[in-house]
Formats: sequence, C-alpha cells, structure tokens
Amino acid sequence: MLQRKIPLFIVFLMGFLMTVQFYIPHPVSQTLYKYVLDWMNGVASMAIVLAVGSLIMHHWRRLKKPEFALYSAVTLVSLFFMAILGFFFGIREGSLFQKMFENVQIPLQATMFSLLAFYMASAAYRAFRARNLEATLLLLSAFILMIGIIPLGYYIHPRISDFALWILNVPNLAAKRGIMIGVGLGMMATSLKIILGIERNWLGG
Amino acid sequence: MKIIRILSTLDRRIIFLLVGLGILIPLLKPLGIPENITPPVRDVYQFIDTLPPGSAILLSVDYDASVLPEVHPMFLSILRHAMLRKVKVIGIALNPAGVGLGVQAFDRISKEFGKKYGEDYVYLGFKPNMAATMLGLGEEIEKVFPTDYYGIPLDSLPMMKEIHSYRDIALVISFSGANIPALWVSYAYSRYGQKVAAGVTAVMAADYYPFLQTGQFIGMLGGMKGAAEYEDLVNRLLQKKGYRKPMPFAIKGMDSITVVHLLIILFIILGNLGYFLQKKEVK
Amino acid sequence: MHLAADPWVWVAAILTLFIFTFLYKDNPLYKFAEHLLVGVSAGYYLAIYWHNGVKPNIIDHIAQGQLIYLIPFILGLMFFTIFIPKTSYMIRWPIAFLLGAGSGLSIPATFQANIAEQIKGTMLQPLSFYYSNAALINAIILFVGVLTVLTYFFFSKEHKGALYTTARIGIIFLMIGFGASFGYTVMARVSLLIGRLQFLLGNWLGIIPSW
Repeated sequence: MLQRKIPLFIVFLMGFLMTVQFYIPHPVSQTLYKYVLDWMNGVASMAIVLAVGSLIMHHWRRLKKPEFALYSAVTLVSLFFMAILGFFFGIREGSLFQKMFENVQIPLQATMFSLLAFYMASAAYRAFRARNLEATLLLLSAFILMIGIIPLGYYIHPRISDFALWILNVPNLAAKRGIMIGVGLGMMATSLKIILGIERNWLGG
Repeated sequence: MKIIRILSTLDRRIIFLLVGLGILIPLLKPLGIPENITPPVRDVYQFIDTLPPGSAILLSVDYDASVLPEVHPMFLSILRHAMLRKVKVIGIALNPAGVGLGVQAFDRISKEFGKKYGEDYVYLGFKPNMAATMLGLGEEIEKVFPTDYYGIPLDSLPMMKEIHSYRDIALVISFSGANIPALWVSYAYSRYGQKVAAGVTAVMAADYYPFLQTGQFIGMLGGMKGAAEYEDLVNRLLQKKGYRKPMPFAIKGMDSITVVHLLIILFIILGNLGYFLQKKEVK
Repeated sequence: MHLAADPWVWVAAILTLFIFTFLYKDNPLYKFAEHLLVGVSAGYYLAIYWHNGVKPNIIDHIAQGQLIYLIPFILGLMFFTIFIPKTSYMIRWPIAFLLGAGSGLSIPATFQANIAEQIKGTMLQPLSFYYSNAALINAIILFVGVLTVLTYFFFSKEHKGALYTTARIGIIFLMIGFGASFGYTVMARVSLLIGRLQFLLGNWLGIIPSW
C-alpha cells in the first residue's frame, strides 16, 4: 500500500489536476496550479541530496580500495571544501567560491569537452564514406553546410551561403519537424502512461 | 595511387596535429574575413535594437562551461547590446553548472557601462525545476524567485517593482547547448504568448529551424558563427556611439573554424578516395 | 609575450594542460583533474541548490510562519530516506509528486509547441501561393518532406508498395537533415577547442588578446 499504491495515486492525482487546469481555468484550479508550481521548485531543490549523497557513498566505498583511494579522496575533499566555501563564506563575485568556480570548474569542464574536436576530426576521416545514396546525400549536405555557413563561403559566392540556408530552411526543416512531431507524440504518450500508472519503471524494484 | 593510399591511411596523431595547427595558426595570424549577417541573427538584433529604453528582457543562462566558447560570447554581446540601449535585464539560470557564468558576465558588462545592480539589471539565480520556473514566471516572478541570487528579497530591488510577470518582459532569450530553448517555447510561448529567442550551440542549431519558421522563436544565434555575427553588429554599434570595442572572440575564432572546415572536408575526400581505390582493387 | 601574474590563471592553465594530456593516453594527471572536477562540481551544486532553492523557496517561508510550505518540505525530506534501507520506499512519494505534476503540465504544452504549431506551419496556406513561385515550391517540398518523414517513422504497417516509396523519400529528407546537423557539429566541436587555446595563448601566455 505505502510502497506502491500511494505513489501511484499521487502521480495520477497530480498528473490529472495539472492537465485539467490547462483546459479549465477556474479560480480553484488556478490557485492549485500556482501552489504546485511553487512547491515543485522547493521539492526539486531537495533532490540534490540524492545525487550528491550517492556520489559521496560511492567514493567513500572506493577509499578502501588502494588503486582508487587517492582519486576518490581528491573528489571527496574538493566536494566538502567547495560546499563549505559556498555555505559559510558567500557565493558573490570575488568570493573564494566563485574564484574556484571560474578557475577550477570552468577550465576543467571546458577542456574536457574541447577534446572532442580531435576525435570528431579523426572519426570523420575514418568513418565518413559515400557507401550508398543515403550516405552520399548526408555527405553532400554536410559539405555544403560546412562551406556555406562560414563567411568564406559567402565571399566565394553569396549563392553558396544562400544554398546552405535553403537546405536549413526547407529539407532540413522538414526532417527535423517530422522528428519533432514524432518525439512530441511519444512524449505525450509516455506522460499519459505515467499518469495512468501503465508505465511504472520509475517505481524501481 | 600510392600517394592517395598514404594520405587515406594517416595516423590518428597526424590528424590531431593538423587540427591543432589549423586552429592555432589563424589565432596567431588572423585571416580577418568579415562576417556576413544571416536573417535569424539580424532578427534578434533588430528586436532588441528597436525596444523602447526602459523595457525589460530576460536572459536565461541555460548553458555551462562545456559549451562556453560558443554560447558565452553570445551572452556577453546581447548583454552589451541591451545595456547600451538602456534596456533593463533580468538574468536567471536553469543550468546549475552555469550559474556562476551569469554572475561573471553581469559583473563584467555592468562595469563596462556603469550600470547599477537592482536598478538597471538583476540576477535572480538558479531554480531546479525548469517547467515550474518557466510557467511560474508567467504568474508571479516573486513567487518563483522570492530572493535574487545573493539572497536579497525581490521587493527590495527597485527595478522589480514594475516587473511582475511575462506581461512586463519584452523578450526571453535562452542560451543553451541542450533542448531548454524548446521548453521555453512549450511553456512560456505556448501558454503565455511570451516572445522567445535562442542562443544555441551549433550542434542544436539545425534542430531549431522549425521553431523559426513558425515564429515560436523570433530569431536565433547558432554556434560560434551566430555569436560572431552578433559580436560584429554590437561592435559596430559600440564604435558608432564612441565606446571602446571589446575583444571579438567569436569573430577571431571564425578564422580557425574556416581553416578546420576546409581541413575536415579534405580529410573526408581523402578517406573516400582511399575507400574507392580499395573497392576497385578488390573488384 | 607577457605571462599572467594572477596565480588563479596559472591554476586554470595547469588544469587545462592536465586534461589535454589525455590526448596522449590516460594518465594520473588526467585522472586527478577528472576527479577534482567531479568533486568541485558536486560541492558547487550543493551550495547553489541551498542558496537558490531550498532556503528561499522553502525554509524562509516556514521561518516566516507560512506553514503550508511544510508540505513540500516534508516531501523533500523524503529524499533522505534513500539512505535508510527500511524506509527507502518513501523516496517514491516526492518523485511521484514531481513526475505526476511534470507529466500533467507537459501534455498540453507539448501538444501546442511540438504538434499543433508544427502542423500549422506545414500546411500549405493561401499565402504560400501569393508570395512567389519559389515560396510555393518550397512550401510544397516542406509539406512532402514532413509527410514522408512521418511515414518513415510509422512502423505499424510493413513498408511495402506505396508506403515503401514514401518512406524512401522520407529517408532522403532525413539524410539531408542529418548532414546539415553534422556540418554544424564540426563547427561546434572546433569552437570548444578554440576557446581553450584562446585562454592558454591569451590569458596565460599573453601572446594574443585575452578573454
């Protein structure tokens, strides 16, 4: 009862009320709508304990394994250090918290993703083959875009740039819109399945 | 034939080196190719440029450092444009890893124009539930953000006395490397009719053209190219008004992109020549 | 060339180089930097979620005597039950609240934005016939494109006969679309590397103007 039925009831009730309020803008439904919006941010804020708690437990366990201990210690120490800075010493511009964000978190995250440039080039060189009609079309479209969206393409001939824009605005738009409608229908169906209790994977084991 | 075979089987590290040099050399010796302005960027620029002074726009930091070089220059340029045009700016963040980028950008650009916190701009900070935040802003901003990023109650910020919901906001611009701009369309535009524009990474740009055609986005900046176009437009305006031109990072970056695009096209052609050669030999 | 005097710039530059060592191969410097990033980010989130979420949206209200906020507070506290095996099932309640409300809110919103508006934008409207021949042709291509792409994703019937031909045309549109995305993706990936090199050459080494 407590384990499955109540959560399924909550999901149904909230889902039903939030769908219906859109179509029936009665003062009662509007008041409820405003409360729920307000509470959602509050509840979601507290969900951070799930993520950070699991991370701490994972690295805490790894401290016992010699091959990982040092790295996990780095994660735990930096986690607590940053949290203490944020909680007790302020988060303004110029604070140590913000300095750590700007000079440790930003460069690390930005550099990690910048490695992709190398791998993307290498992958394009190895895997991008005009094996059949579909692959050739993909290749041609990519070529035109790569030349057409850089200023050089425009200065070679404005028509190149126009053609790239045409691809984006007509055939690309058609493809992306088809996908968008499909994804939209899928999202609506999944939401409905969750509300009606048909989709229950979120309950876990 | 032999040379094609060699060129089509280059080692991974040589590719890495060529890409590295392709970026590095234009940074050291810029090519200086001027920008051409595309319609989606011009639309955003013109919208902000024709706003009456004192109107408000909302900029949402929905990106983080992983897409910094593409999206941050857009954010800085649009912030400069708005502040130059005396448009009030509300900043919020829906990506927890990007909150500090907003702090940094507002601090930097407000100093360039001598703008005052609370009167010319505010930074309301982060909220974790995107749908609830986007919908909540249409009802009452103070309910969603009882305090700003720094913990100051909203009712003690002079600028926010006249801004209560989307009714008082001319435009929302979402800066993102993910699908958050689409959510702004779903919740802010569809339900409240709020005008929305987007500053997105190049990876996402092609996916958003359907929103441009329907007018769900009033305009869009796509990738470093979009950022460079906006930088160019704003820098020209700054120069006209007698301000010092800031360093155009995206414009400089476009030189390297030009070289690497040509390199990648060359790599793909070489790879394919090798492939067809091999196929012929097998036959 | 004038090297940065700010020690923080040096910290950022050295950490940047640590990550770049991965291009050679996985190594302890990279692993250190990777674990540091995870720790610092998690600590950052904790502080931000507290200052911008829990405190203003729950705690401050309760402190002011608005007891109705005890409801989201108690729901939020249930997230902590995950760490107590006996009561861990209670974590499903706040998840149910967020999931239910989120799903309910998303149904009409998705329908409006992803479906209704998109269909409207695809229909051949009288204006398409009015502007120019090119606009009309584009509108027809768009209409055919959306219809055939949707047909390609229609799996309830085997793609045979007319359905096969239509789906094939759909694939052509999809491939052009994916090609366009790839063309843009090259720019995206390269941009990220440009940003880091601009930082190293500019802010750190002072060879080019800095960020």
